[in-house]
Parts: sequence; C-alpha cells; structure tokens
Amino acid sequence: MQRIGVFVCWCGSNIAGTVDVQAVSEALKNEPGVVFSANYQYMCSQAGQNMIIEAVKEHNLTGIVVCSCSPRMHEATFRKTAAAAGLNPYMVEIANIREQCSWVHKDMLTGTEKAIILGKAAVAKVNLNTPLVAGETPVTKRALVIGGGIAGIQTALDIAEAGFPVDIVETKPTIGGKMAQLDKTFPTLDCAACILTPKMVDVAQNENIRIFSYSEVTEVKGFVGNFDVTVKKKARYVNEDICTGCGACVEKCPMKKVPNEFNLNMDNRSAIYIPFAQAVPKVATIDPNHCNMLKNGRCGVCSKVCAAGAIDYKQKDEYIQEKYGAIVVATGFNPISMDKFDEYAYNQSKDVITSLEFERLTNAAGPTAGKLLRPSDLKHPHTIVFVQCVGSRCAACAEKGKEYCSKICCMYTAKHAMLTRDKYPDTEVYVFYIDVRTPGKSFDEFYRRAVEEYGVHYIKGMVGKVFPEGDKLKVQASDLLNNKQLHIDADLVVLAAAIEPDKSARPLATMLTASMDTNDFFTEAHPKLRPVESPTAGVFLSGTCQGPKDIPETVSQASAAAAKVISLLVKDKLKGNPCVASSDELMCNGCSSCERVCPYGAITYEDKEFRMPDRTVAIRRVAKVNPAVCQGCGCCTVVCPSGAMDLRGFANRQIIAEVDAICK
Amino acid sequence: MQVNERKPLIVAFCCNWCSYAGADLAGNNRLSYPADVKIIKVPCSCRVNPMFILRAFQRGADGVILCGCHPGDCHYTSGNYYTRRRMALLFSMLDYLGIEKERTRVEWVSAAEGAKFAATMNDFAQTVAALGENKRLEDLRCKK
Repeated sequence: MQRIGVFVCWCGSNIAGTVDVQAVSEALKNEPGVVFSANYQYMCSQAGQNMIIEAVKEHNLTGIVVCSCSPRMHEATFRKTAAAAGLNPYMVEIANIREQCSWVHKDMLTGTEKAIILGKAAVAKVNLNTPLVAGETPVTKRALVIGGGIAGIQTALDIAEAGFPVDIVETKPTIGGKMAQLDKTFPTLDCAACILTPKMVDVAQNENIRIFSYSEVTEVKGFVGNFDVTVKKKARYVNEDICTGCGACVEKCPMKKVPNEFNLNMDNRSAIYIPFAQAVPKVATIDPNHCNMLKNGRCGVCSKVCAAGAIDYKQKDEYIQEKYGAIVVATGFNPISMDKFDEYAYNQSKDVITSLEFERLTNAAGPTAGKLLRPSDLKHPHTIVFVQCVGSRCAACAEKGKEYCSKICCMYTAKHAMLTRDKYPDTEVYVFYIDVRTPGKSFDEFYRRAVEEYGVHYIKGMVGKVFPEGDKLKVQASDLLNNKQLHIDADLVVLAAAIEPDKSARPLATMLTASMDTNDFFTEAHPKLRPVESPTAGVFLSGTCQGPKDIPETVSQASAAAAKVISLLVKDKLKGNPCVASSDELMCNGCSSCERVCPYGAITYEDKEFRMPDRTVAIRRVAKVNPAVCQGCGCCTVVCPSGAMDLRGFANRQIIAEVDAICK
Repeated sequence: MQVNERKPLIVAFCCNWCSYAGADLAGNNRLSYPADVKIIKVPCSCRVNPMFILRAFQRGADGVILCGCHPGDCHYTSGNYYTRRRMALLFSMLDYLGIEKERTRVEWVSAAEGAKFAATMNDFAQTVAALGENKRLEDLRCKK
C-alpha cells in the first residue's frame, strides 16, 4: 500500500478563488492510501516545495499528489522536488485543478466538487504508480547539417567552433545557396559575395567540417543522440581529392550550350562546370545529361586537358553511412514557378523576369557582368515596373500562389529600385504594391530613402495584365489611392515571386518524422518558446525551411539552432522517457500485432526459452520493446490481443482506476 | 420543460500533445464549459483502449469523448488514425448495444484550439444531458 501525501495549491486566488482548497484537502484525506493532506498558497514556491520535502520525510510518503496548475506547467518542478526528497520522480501525479477547473468554472460549489473528483482520480492513479527509471543512451558527438546555404553554413561553423565534428550535405555541387546568387543585401547594401564567400572558405578550411556536396540524404534511422544516416554522393565524374579547380576542362569542353542554372538559365555553361568562381569545394562537375562522353562515348576532351588526371568517367554514386547525434535541417527556399501567372506574360516575354533573375542581371559576376540590360535585346531598359506580392498573400488564388507573406520581397524590391535609380538615374522605376511591409532594423528608413531620395514611384495597386507589344511591355494597372487606371510602356517587368520551401523538404520530413505545416514549412516544437527545435527530438531547424526569413534572421536562427545542438552534444548520455511500453513475456504469444502498429520500429521479436509446468523447456517467440526507441504512444498496448503489452506510467490498471474514481 | 436535476457524467480522454494542451488553453482564456466534463490525460488518443470506454459506461458515465491531434498532426505520426478506425467500430457496436451514438464522440482539437475545446465540450455536454441517464450499460453492482 502506498503512503500518499496530497498537496493542494491555492495558486494565490487563481485556484482558491473558485475552489474551496480547504474542503478539497479535507475530502482527499479519507481516500485510500492518503496519510497526509495539506494546502498552501503557492505550492511551486520554494516554501511550498520544502513543505513537500518535509512531509515526505515526516510521514514516510511513497507517493505525492499535487492539486495545482497543469502538469504541462509544473510537473517537472514537482518531480524534481520528489527527487530532492528521495522519492522516485515518477511517483508524482498532478491533478489539474486550475486550467481545467478553477479557470473554467465560475461557481465555488461546482469548482470544489470537480476539484475533489480530479484529486481522487490522481490519488487512485498514484496508488498504482511504480518507480520508473529513465534509460540512458550514449550520444554520438557529431552533427549533420542538411543544406549548405547561409543557414547551414552558419550552423555548421558555430557547432564546429564548439569543437564538434559537423557534416554538411548539399545537393548542389557547391555550398553557398541562394545568398551566393544575390548581388547586394538590404538594408546596408553590402555585397552578398563579399560577406558570404569568406564564410564558405572558413567552412572549407575548418577541420571539424566535412562537406558532402552534390549529395543527398537518402535514409535516416535511429533517434536523438543516435541517428543512422545514409548519404548518397552522386557521381560527379571528377575525383574531388585530385581536382584543383583550375578550370582548364571547363574552358576546353566543346559542349557549351547547357543552360546555366546558377544564372537562372539566362546564359550557358559547359557540360563540365564549376558553378561560380568562389565555389566551395572548387571542383569541377560533369553534367551527365549533356556530356557527350558520358552519353555516347565520343569526346573525352576534359580528361585529356586535365593535368591532375582527375576526370573519372566511370565514377559511380557512392553511399556513405554515418552516425550523428543531432540533425539540423537547413533546406531553404525557392521562388515559386511563374508558369501559372499568365497575366504577367512571364512565359511570353524574355523581358518579364523574377527578382532573383534581376539579382543575377545586376550582379558583377552575372550573365551581363553587372550591366542592367534586358534579356531580349541586351538594351538598357528605361522604364522598369516592379510587381510585388506575385503569389504571396494570395488567399483567393491558393491553387497557384501562397496564402502567406513571403516577407523579404518588399525589402529587396526597394533595394532593386534604389540601386537601379542610383546607377541609371535616367530610368523610371515603378513599384506596384498591396502594402509595403518594413518591420526590421533600419528597414523603414531604407524604404523611405528609395521613395524620397531616389524618387522611385511607389503605387498602391495591383498589376492586372502585362503583354508584349513591339519591343515594349504594356502594363495595365490600377492606382488605388488616386482611383485611376494606369497604362505604362515598360522595358522590363520584374516579378517579386513568392518563396516556397525547397522541394526536397517534404520527403526529408518523412524520413525524419518531423512535422510540416500545410505550406511544407517545418513546424517548430513551440511557436514562441522553442522556435529552432522540431517536435522530433534531436532534429533542429535553421533558416527558411521553417518560414520566410531574411538573411539576418536566418543567421540568428542558424546560430540558435547550433547552440541547441551544442547543448545536446556536450551531454555524454541522454535520459530517455521512462514512460515506454513493455511486454509481459509470459503473456505474449508473439503474434506481431504490436510490431505492425509501432511507428518507430521499437518492437522486435526474440526466441525465449520457457520452463513449462511439466519441466520441459519450450521456445517461444516474444515481443521485446527497445526502450530507447519507444516514444510511449501506447498504440501497441491496445492492439495486443493477449494484454501482454502495457505502457509504463499510463498502465491499463492506472487509467481504469482513474475512470473508476471519476465515475464513482 | 422538465429540468433534469441529475448532472450528466462525462469522461474526456485527451491526448497529451494536442487536446490536453487545448484544454489548458481554454482554461488560460477562461472559456467555460460544464464541470460535468472530467479529463483523463493519455499520451496519445491511440492509447485509449476500448476497455476504458466500456468501463466508464459500466461505472455510470453518461458520455465519453476522445480528443486527439488533427489527422496528420499526431505527435506519434499515426496514432490518431488508429483511434479513428477503432472508435468507428467500437461506437457502432455500442450503438447496437443501446448506447446512443450521441453519447460517444471523437474530436480533433489542436493545442491552439482552446475555443474549439470549450465549444466541443459545451455541445457534447448539452447533447448528453438531453439524452438523460445512461441506464443501458450501467452495472448496478458497481453502485454498492
């Protein structure tokens, strides 16, 4: 029989206002097993906790019931108190008489009645509680960062700085991500390459960081502290260790008509290529879809010119298996496809471009060497129309756009407009917007400079239609503030396309059992208090895979994720959740019903010898739960036909005792 | 209209991750619902064994409601799908035994839906109160 102490909290007047705490502690005194009952103003305070500790010692308590706020609030506190008093922390149960009683019922009588019943249920449960010990698992002191953009780079650098090895897996041949494609960054207008490429070099030179470029994660098994990950290193047909990145092969490659994805297909590259001059790792990659040697065996120029002898046409995809303690997702974003936005004539005219394409056009390393020339005839555009919110904040057109605000477009459009006016003062720049949103340090000042100093025409209204006529683009738009229809003959139209999570995010979420919202952004463990952790233990979120962000926000979130990873990796052992399933092998008949419903693969089978009543030995197949893998959902307990499977901390007997206490 | 003096007794099983937190949120926002509803916390809605529900009715509960995460949002990936199928079966069997379908319910309440939790409980309590006492499955031997 347990010796239970009941402690009723007033929570100031939060509970005592609608629940007669004295009556509750009196009523619970007579429950089976209860040997001590008291009430106090603030049970969670130091004095309240001391009261519990003293009562445990004085009355030899074996179990504790605290009638207080939600267990989500203070269960951990009172478990620690129990441990301090020398009790097993899992001998504590909380009766939630604040959130689920005093705060929702106005009347003292009903409140008190219900509080007593909730207290009785908790007492009935504690009577059947057993001490539980959390299993410990070792932590693999290595982190995996999926995605090598600025988010992944920052996270990896921070983790490596703390002394832990980190691997970056990047699907492209180089790290750098979207930021490497940008020209300048708002609101300070420093050049993206100047601040990014030194970081990329840091990554390459850091001995704690390994880069798996041109690679992808294909399988994730295991759990926090012990992930088993398979990484597929796609064949790049160049030996990475030998290639010096001299570029002789790129120069001599006869196949020069491959669309250059780094410049968003606005110019061409060769079949063997280095994405850009500052690529890390600076290694050539052969595009197997365009290389004549790989397609039909007729060429081989690159292998002839390569002084290092790095070209290897027979290279195969390589699968690498590695163990990690923590995984950071930094898969980033892409602009949405403009195919469905016929009204802006994106597919009809080369001079209708997205903002990222504009970014490449103004970049000194871009297809026009930084000169703002329109793609169709390489002439300087004199009238440019920027259209904001193309596909963003588009609740009515959910099938082609996104409902959310992409957050960065207002600022980069202000940047584009300002830079254009700065470099080419003879250019008229129009920006059509729904709202201009500039929350951020120095953001509004930046936008106002674009309007006031640089004379950019900001017009509130939507562009209804863009159509090419001659060498002009006719833009039909409405000016909402002046209630006018506008017709502008533009030379260039720039669409601020909404951003969406990278396509690789969803299959990755499935592999990681991490959850996503309806827009395929990863969900955080708590939207306010745990913004860089995913609900899956050991999986962390960095950058735009969690939601639209600008660079400063991405970097701060990346460092935050790194801090979380570091605080996980410094631990030698992780305490697991002791409330896991366990199977009674005497009752188990090995039917494998439980194995089929377990979402974690925590249940395996083993042959066990049993001594039978007639003194013979029989071998039977019985279920075995891996407590480190089991997360304690309890699904297996319900499917078990023989009743062998039960959940610690939420045992069948305990829940039935609660039901009985409530229904008395 | 005749007012039933007897208060209905409702057992609510709430999953730890969504619905229990939703109930907490209802409390935080002071959204009231009848005190007839008593909540039992379970890790996942799929932990609820049909046995628990039968037990509640046997002991005189007038209604049983199960709350879990929305389909697709289960903390344990797939638990609530099992709940959905299991309870469809159990509730139709209970209906056959004379426990009206209105006395049993599965509802998805997320951690952010305090208002939905309160509204659901108000509606359910009203429905169950209108049906009156559950006499069909109550075991009078338990009332000693």
